[in-house]
Amino acid sequence: MSRDQWLQMYAQMLRIRVFEEHVNELYTSAKMPGLAHLYIGQEAVAVGVCQALRSDDYITSTHRGHGHCLAKGASVDRMFAELLGKAPGYCGGKGGSMHIADQERGNLGANAIVAGSSGIATGAALAAKRQGSDRVAVCFFGEGGVGQGILYEVMNLAALWTLPVIYVCENNLYNEYTHYTETTAGDLLLRPRAFGIFAEEVDGQDVRAVHAAASRAVARARRGEGPAFLLCQTYRFLGHHVGDISRAYYRTKDEELRYKAERDPLRILTRWLVAERMAAPEEFARAEQQVRAEVAAGLQFALAAPYPDPGEVDRDVYA
Amino acid sequence: MSEPVIAAAVREITFGQAVREALAEEMRRDPAVFIIGEDVAEAGTPFKVLSGLVEEFGRDRVIDSPISEAGITGLAVGAAMTGMRPVVDIMFGDFITLAMDQIANQAAKVHYMSGGKLKVPMVVRTTLGATRRSAAQHSQSLQAWVSHVPGLKVALPSTPYDAKGLWKTAIRDDNPVVIFEDKLMYQLKGPVPEGEYTIPFGTADVKREGRDITIVATSSMVQVALQAADLLAPLGISAEVVDPRTTVPLDARTLVESARKTSRVIVMDEGYQRYGVTAELAAVIAEGAFHYLDAPVTRLGAMDVPVPFSPVLEDLTVPTPERVVTAAKTLCGRA
Ligand SMILES: Cc1ncc(C[n+]2csc(CCOP(=O)(O)OP(=O)(O)O)c2C)c(N)n1
Repeated sequence: MSRDQWLQMYAQMLRIRVFEEHVNELYTSAKMPGLAHLYIGQEAVAVGVCQALRSDDYITSTHRGHGHCLAKGASVDRMFAELLGKAPGYCGGKGGSMHIADQERGNLGANAIVAGSSGIATGAALAAKRQGSDRVAVCFFGEGGVGQGILYEVMNLAALWTLPVIYVCENNLYNEYTHYTETTAGDLLLRPRAFGIFAEEVDGQDVRAVHAAASRAVARARRGEGPAFLLCQTYRFLGHHVGDISRAYYRTKDEELRYKAERDPLRILTRWLVAERMAAPEEFARAEQQVRAEVAAGLQFALAAPYPDPGEVDRDVYA
Repeated sequence: MSEPVIAAAVREITFGQAVREALAEEMRRDPAVFIIGEDVAEAGTPFKVLSGLVEEFGRDRVIDSPISEAGITGLAVGAAMTGMRPVVDIMFGDFITLAMDQIANQAAKVHYMSGGKLKVPMVVRTTLGATRRSAAQHSQSLQAWVSHVPGLKVALPSTPYDAKGLWKTAIRDDNPVVIFEDKLMYQLKGPVPEGEYTIPFGTADVKREGRDITIVATSSMVQVALQAADLLAPLGISAEVVDPRTTVPLDARTLVESARKTSRVIVMDEGYQRYGVTAELAAVIAEGAFHYLDAPVTRLGAMDVPVPFSPVLEDLTVPTPERVVTAAKTLCGRA
């Protein structure tokens, strides 16, 4: 990996961070309809994985999907427009925060059903294989997804038929407001391994570690060696959704502060780049200026954009 | 079955408080009752309706589950068959689809298939309703799905009073019951007696009396119908609003009687209109009051589209008081 590639990953993580800060602001200033589930804190997972993908590879995403969409190459202006229910949004305003799909970049869609996209990702992998391409499909899901039966059905299928699918489990410790150890028996990694699926655990706050593990999994899948499972240990810095402000009843302020201070994926990368003398602090500042300008312009675009035509309401029900 | 006999103290409480009060009273009365669902304990559900129950009844009776709708519903069926009275909390009505095999193929059929030997006294608690800007997978009103399957009972409370009374009946019923609560109604306040009462299933309630037109409405649509009735009054159209309160069993008699009296009917339900609850209500009324009707029954349900996110689109998909008024004026020859 070159210096420029690391800086690009930094900029991508920062783009997600700044985008999400603006989403939070849109919510608190009552400019955004509905709610959104912010990805802040987990940026290294989406970016580390998507940087190991080609633009024609597939991903599927979750209710906490903005980071995945941006990491796969979506642009902030049309993302904001979708969140505001505007016509130029990725789904013409019909999907909103939890359903952004970006077909041109292989994003088959965010999904508001926990583990709901695991079938879709596995099916995309089947299609890639049947069509003789070497594309792979990545299924992002939270650790809460291991509660859903469909995940085990499709992992079995993927292993049975050696499908090029990578299940990326983002363990941010909480299923909404409940710690995952209260809902999850046994070892997360033993689940895929029971099917003979190649499984690795990685530090999800370290984009380099995520990228390395994802690259291994993707290379295997492209070579026809079948599915993989990445367990990324991570943490969401903010609430389950933008309205989840009082969190003391399920996690301590202390825990949050500790993660923010010690486990911030952006700082972990910049510290390493500086220590390795690959980048100077001014370069991060410059990148930040650029990203902030881009995000601000994207937001202005979305705020000024028109709402969809009422006639859209019953279009697209059938193909 | 008893409506309140003694003049118990009546307070104004919210719909959410009424649900919680019913559950707490039934859990105190019957140790076999327990609640299982995602984030039901300390979180008290995302809508905070169950807040406080875990403090009183403990984590053995208010159980936080994994995100496993099929699993917890199936487990509840088994527990119900063997002496417990589970309440399964399915956070959004859209997610009953994940539990549907357990509800439709297991819970609904056990009693009949066993020749009446086994029974499944459980309640599935879930939500309905759009316009919260939650998009296509968090906004559906799927009461038609379960109303279709023999063996299930389906309750749709529309006021705090009805919520408490129907809930208590549901828990005491020896059959699987699905209760849908309108997410937008949790803060709605209304009079609820402090004392013990139940509302028998299959008894419709006339929420407002009228002469010229009947509006049959369920759950979230009751308030819409009442607002429409307010708008119609100054136009000289007196609307009667009838709430069936349960779709199964259905109080066909009260619906038909009202239709015979007014001879014009609108039926409303927030589920998709096509093959929906409104279709059944319209058919029942047409069968029972055909010769009394001045016009075919008008159906008002959700538009037959996945619920769109954008507010400008979403608001077009649900019946509103204004749309009811337009339909009523047409039926009454005032358009
Ligand atoms: C099938 C299903 N059940 C319940 C929900 C409600 N819900 C939304 S997010 C969530 C928790 C998800 O936890 P996890 O999968 O770990 O993802 P995270 O929110 O932590 O990113 C729940 C229970 C849902 N969306 N889908």
